[in-house]
Amino acid sequence: MNRSSKIFRYVSRRLIQGIPIILAIVVLNFFLLNLAEGDAVDVLAGEAGSATPEYMEEMRKKFGLDKPLPVQLAVYLKNVIQLDLGYSFRHDMQVTELIIDRFWPTLILMVSTILLAVGFGILLGLFAAINLNTWKDSVVSVFALITYATPLFWVGLMMIILFSIKNDWFPTSGMENSAMFYEGFERVKDIAHHLVLPTITLSLFYLALYTRMMRASMLEQYGQDYVITARAKGVTERRITFVHVLRNALLPVVTMAGVQVGALIGGSVIVESVFAWPGLGMLAFESLFARDLNLLLGIFLLSSALVVAVNLVVDVIYCFLDPRIEVN
Amino acid sequence: MTDKLLTISNLDIALPEGSERRLAVENLSIDLSPGETLCIVGESGSGKSLTARALMGLLPAPHVRATKGKVLFCGEDLTQASEPRMRQIRGSEISMIFQEPMTALNPVMTIGGQIDEVFRFHADMPPRERRKRAIQLLEDVHLPDPKQIVAAYPHELSGGQRQRAMIAMALALEPKILIADEPTTALDVTTQAQILKLINEMQDVHKSGVLFITHDFGVVADIADRVVVMQYGKVVETGTVDKVLNAPEHSYTQALIASVPSLIPRAPRPRSEHIVLSGKDVQKSFGGGKSLFGFGKPNRHVRAVKDVTLDLRRGETLGVVGESGSGKSTLARCIIRLMDSDSGSILLDDVDITSLGRSEMRPFRKRIQMVFQDPFASLNPRIKVGQIISQGPMIQGEARESAEARARELLEIVGLDERAFNRYPHEFSGGQRQRIGIARALALDPEILVADEPVSALDVSIQAQILELLDEIREKMNLSMMFITHDLRVAAQVCDRLAVMRYGEIVETGATGDIFNNPQHSYTQELLAAVPGQNWDRKLAT
Repeated sequence: MNRSSKIFRYVSRRLIQGIPIILAIVVLNFFLLNLAEGDAVDVLAGEAGSATPEYMEEMRKKFGLDKPLPVQLAVYLKNVIQLDLGYSFRHDMQVTELIIDRFWPTLILMVSTILLAVGFGILLGLFAAINLNTWKDSVVSVFALITYATPLFWVGLMMIILFSIKNDWFPTSGMENSAMFYEGFERVKDIAHHLVLPTITLSLFYLALYTRMMRASMLEQYGQDYVITARAKGVTERRITFVHVLRNALLPVVTMAGVQVGALIGGSVIVESVFAWPGLGMLAFESLFARDLNLLLGIFLLSSALVVAVNLVVDVIYCFLDPRIEVN
Repeated sequence: MTDKLLTISNLDIALPEGSERRLAVENLSIDLSPGETLCIVGESGSGKSLTARALMGLLPAPHVRATKGKVLFCGEDLTQASEPRMRQIRGSEISMIFQEPMTALNPVMTIGGQIDEVFRFHADMPPRERRKRAIQLLEDVHLPDPKQIVAAYPHELSGGQRQRAMIAMALALEPKILIADEPTTALDVTTQAQILKLINEMQDVHKSGVLFITHDFGVVADIADRVVVMQYGKVVETGTVDKVLNAPEHSYTQALIASVPSLIPRAPRPRSEHIVLSGKDVQKSFGGGKSLFGFGKPNRHVRAVKDVTLDLRRGETLGVVGESGSGKSTLARCIIRLMDSDSGSILLDDVDITSLGRSEMRPFRKRIQMVFQDPFASLNPRIKVGQIISQGPMIQGEARESAEARARELLEIVGLDERAFNRYPHEFSGGQRQRIGIARALALDPEILVADEPVSALDVSIQAQILELLDEIREKMNLSMMFITHDLRVAAQVCDRLAVMRYGEIVETGATGDIFNNPQHSYTQELLAAVPGQNWDRKLAT
């Protein structure tokens, strides 16, 4: 069997295996969220200020919250299998619609963050390793150390103060200037402009991490026997670095990046709050306080599906980078 | 002087400050002619590998560098050559093969790609021509199906095949000098014989000078024209192979050659009637599990030990010999129950220990002890030597005072100073650590000692001492020993009986002398025929 059909079979099998995993996560989340005190009706009634117990009972009946938990779970699972994530009473919208609406901003933020963090992390790590023990290496290492140790929200706030308030270079919040009704390329430019600060904030920490990893990984690979073999062949140092060492050194970094996509969704809650970025993180944060469990479960479902998918993508990338890893 | 390929004169190589000695190599002078094989022999730390690196200009600069002397290659002093000039020479005029074919190739590049680099940097050739040459080279080193191997990654090849690919790469541009740094040490004996033959064959074709670095006198006897013996960075003796091996002058050379175990088996001893340990139909396999949720094919299933039946009598040493992957270590681990066998029985004085539970097994543990191969990894680095030795008896219920007193006594028996008691393992050399490992095993007064390649990681002179020590202890304590080794020379000197293993099965058992003189199974014959230096042994015997 050739390699591409092997990979195709592997991917389809992994996708099938992903279904029970995601369902298990749904069940677990369902019970975890129901451990919290109060429900959506409590919150709605509290906000309305004057709700009689009878009215609240009626609302619970309407939302289906009066039934025992296992029944609620069964109903929810049945709906999920039919790709119906339910209705958010808080927002008066279909959960699916709401999530998809908010998914794109988060996806934009995440993809640009990963590209920035992994891309620059690899470049900086490589740069530091090539210039080992010189001032260049020290500058990179100190930069990585400082950004690694700085909390995300603080970086975000400082960025706003420095680049939005003191110097009016970037907007303080939001994803686009909706009052301008930009179309086409103008809109892309506007979103990109808004994207700069949140992306930098969110990626700094990961950038530091990948820089350090890449540097260590390069140095480890330089010590391997095959480097001496390459030197003994008369290969130039340049080629040794960029062809022999680099590819081997990338392997642990790619693994780490894949594992961290999940953590990135968590990190985006903070950044989305600081920059009022209309993404899933913000939505999750709000729905938690509104006890909008349908919506929250929907967001969790999407995130877990995302993590499963990203892990699969990383595994496939990995087997292209490292011929020793075989898919089967 | 132009007929010499290489003349090294008065070479000094300095080690970084604070090292054990100031110079790794001191006042070294050697030369090499076309078509000649010069063997540099020495124990670990003698500076033989650094010498090779020095003439390739591959010393780990800036800490280690050549401080004095000349390396003349066809009249050009390589110590003065510029880096670009050195790069030109490396791979095209002087090339090198290494000890570990596992790690010396880049794991993420194809064999073809790695051979291709040599042409790419030294010859002006279109890609198609380069590929054709690469395939031709792989064919020259007798690799099967070169067209496929050119596109294969190193992990898809066996150790011997990788070393062949390395040789193909080194010989790509018909270098004047081939440096081989212990190229067969990591290989099995039959593979080693093939690789040595290949190097010889290639040398005949290309008329290159071969600088062969090794610690194995058997190999030296088979391939060398001239021999250089090194000790502590200095050349102690140089001469033709015949002179150095058969009439060594320097006391160090004499001692080294005396410690090489002879292939003539030692005299047989009477065999006791008392069977202390017997294994019957022992089986062990690995893998075969299924993936999560039971999807897909089951994992690869390896039968490491197949229906092994053997017995060990009081006071005898049973050698288990075989190449890597033959299942000898797995068998040993099953016998002392570090691993549970799948089926079969292991009787220790009529008690089947395979079915005993953890606590039931405990009293039997002390009767059968193990000495491990790697003296560096098998001792806990955070525990003092005294504790390492006395822990076993204390777990078995002995009082601390008596266990520690016994530990001191044992240190003396294995030839270590009593002060070793309060030191940590890292303060000792490999040979000394193996002595500690033996003392640890003896602390429990075992009846049976299972030694898994106890001398493979040691230099030949240390190896001789450890073998002598094991022999002495066996006599003194009337031990029965199961001795696992891949080295037939060691087996000939240590074992009363041999069991030859291949693919998890014992193909032949018998008294050592019978097996050496009249091997029955074709694999045993093959194994014996591959031992290097046989003619030399025969010569010494007459």
